[in-house]
Amino acid sequence: MMKIFIIALLINNVVLMRYIALCSYIGMTGEVGQSVGMGFAVTFVTVIATAATWPLYHFVLVPLGLEFLKILVFILVIASLVQLVEYYLKKNVPGLYAAMGIYLPLITTNCAILAVTFENISNNYSFLTSIVYSVGVSAGYLLAMILLAGVRVRIKNSTVPKFLAGTPILFVSTSLIAIAFMGFSGLIK
Amino acid sequence: MNRLWKQFKQGLIYENPLLMLMIGLCSALAVTTSVSNAIGMGLAMTFVLLCSEVMISAFRKTIPESIRMPIFIIVIAAFTTIIDYTMQAYFPALSKSMGVFIPLIVVNCIIMGRVEAFAYKQKPLICVADALGMGLGYTWVLVGIAAIRELLGNGTLAGIQVMPDSFQPILFFTLSPGGFLVFALFISLNLWLKGRMQKSAAAKAEAKNQEVAA
Repeated sequence: MMKIFIIALLINNVVLMRYIALCSYIGMTGEVGQSVGMGFAVTFVTVIATAATWPLYHFVLVPLGLEFLKILVFILVIASLVQLVEYYLKKNVPGLYAAMGIYLPLITTNCAILAVTFENISNNYSFLTSIVYSVGVSAGYLLAMILLAGVRVRIKNSTVPKFLAGTPILFVSTSLIAIAFMGFSGLIK
Repeated sequence: MNRLWKQFKQGLIYENPLLMLMIGLCSALAVTTSVSNAIGMGLAMTFVLLCSEVMISAFRKTIPESIRMPIFIIVIAAFTTIIDYTMQAYFPALSKSMGVFIPLIVVNCIIMGRVEAFAYKQKPLICVADALGMGLGYTWVLVGIAAIRELLGNGTLAGIQVMPDSFQPILFFTLSPGGFLVFALFISLNLWLKGRMQKSAAAKAEAKNQEVAA
């Protein structure tokens, strides 16, 4: 269990090693605060989405022989779930809503969430393992977001070679962060 | 006919989804470790884009505006499921190496973006041109990135040995940091080209103005 968590968090980091959820990674790391809010919102929704889709797949779709509807069902469930969570938070937990509410609509189609729910199925994880895996993946996402947001603060105050200015320097920085993360690969045998 | 060709070129070059609009990046980097993966992904994407655009465009008058998003998602998800199962059946090796990225076509911003911005407002025929342009525009950039990464990282192209035996493969390029670096250089090159194109267009306009003034 711990192994799955560490692998998902560091060794197979969702953004840096597997290129999932790059759009929000590049788009939402302009400020550190923003990236933290986004990271927590994704963590929150990923865990909820896993908790909803895993039983749905194993107790509804499989007995009915409807596995092929997986893509369709998952994305609809996640989209409506995000909407529900948003309404609930707005009404009952305004503090939390203020912190991450604005990010919730943005992550309906975040690839990381959908990818985790599919992988839980294709890897045949049990329910508990699925939850651990989804926490690990989204913590990895949060970590990568904070790292790049920190680097971007430094980039803002330094001279960048002209041909790399703008988006290219972000990818070069990401490449360097990814090299650093490769050092984790020996962590678990 | 002319209009269709123009729309086709729009996606292929001027509004290339990856290089110009910078959308749909996730899959672009993940599948470009080999040329065959890139071609497979590009064609799968083109198929889903084409079918969804034509379908939405054909029914654009009957889809109520307030619930169009869920309907788009259902249509896209249906075609993604079709391509996912087709690839699993006929190209199991390819499907396995692309893993979760085939189902993830469903949340690819390119498709949603084109369906929303283009297909919902246009006739089916021009949607075919748009989808083919966008899809193939996506494919050629994927193949370009993949060719560099596979050649340098593995010494092969689409699985065929190209480099001489003395060439030591630079493993860096097939690993994820290499992907980020190659992509950064691709964007940089593209920005440079775009800047030059704008400059020459501006120079032309300037010359024309002077001519008129003279």
